[in-house]
Amino acid sequence: MKNIAALLSGLVFGLGLTLSGMSDTTKVLGFLDIAGAWIPDLAFVMGGALLITIISTPLILKRSAPLIAAQFSLPTKQALDRQLITGALIFGIGWGLSGYCPGPGLVSLLYGYESTLVFCLAMLLGMRLEHRFSAGR
Amino acid sequence: MSEFLAPTAGGLLLGLAATWLLLSLGRIAGISGIAWGALMGPDRDWRWLFLVGLLAGGAVTHLLLGLPQPLESKAPLWLMVVSGLLVGYGTRLGGGCTSGHGVCGIGRLSARSFLATGVFMAAGMATVFVVRHVAGGLS
Repeated sequence: MKNIAALLSGLVFGLGLTLSGMSDTTKVLGFLDIAGAWIPDLAFVMGGALLITIISTPLILKRSAPLIAAQFSLPTKQALDRQLITGALIFGIGWGLSGYCPGPGLVSLLYGYESTLVFCLAMLLGMRLEHRFSAGR
Repeated sequence: MSEFLAPTAGGLLLGLAATWLLLSLGRIAGISGIAWGALMGPDRDWRWLFLVGLLAGGAVTHLLLGLPQPLESKAPLWLMVVSGLLVGYGTRLGGGCTSGHGVCGIGRLSARSFLATGVFMAAGMATVFVVRHVAGGLS
């Protein structure tokens, strides 16, 4: 049951990512290129997504538990710390280099492009390296 | 106006997918976290199925709805390696990506997610600015 629920969420998420244009690196880089011929499309993606989550999230969290799990598993960190800012900075630079963030990168594996596969493997390696370096923290 | 229809519809679907995952499993639809958890565990199964669904959703868009698939990036492979390494490292260190912070985190009004989203958007824009308008393009 949990797996079917997750599959369904992934399906709709993948549909949304590809329909929205997020899996098109030309559009993503065009959106980030505010000094060039700016392509505003992706602001509508985030706007559309937030329109739903801002309304739905507080309503759902009023429940004592989710439908098919014992409890909510939400991030507990509150601190606006250096890791958060450095991590977001590093991620943003990487995003601006290729136009891929994790979701669009993974869903684009579907297209069978060599560059997408290289991006995704490097991304997993990057995650692994962070895990290694942060083990001592 | 019609050119904003697909991005808006896609965005609404992302919001619905995140809403469903929170309602059903009580989980945040953050792709970097789900991908990492699928590899490292614990509780891998639902994450793998989410990722299978993710690709299946893409197939629905391009095969069933018939939208043309995007062209391959013209960036050289070394740049994809650098980009991937930074995206992987940064999203783990910063605890999330565009989906986890940008959609889910802001949706639950998390101060960390507002800050992270502001920083990675600004960093992405600054990077594209430097690459395209200072360095004259890498690809």
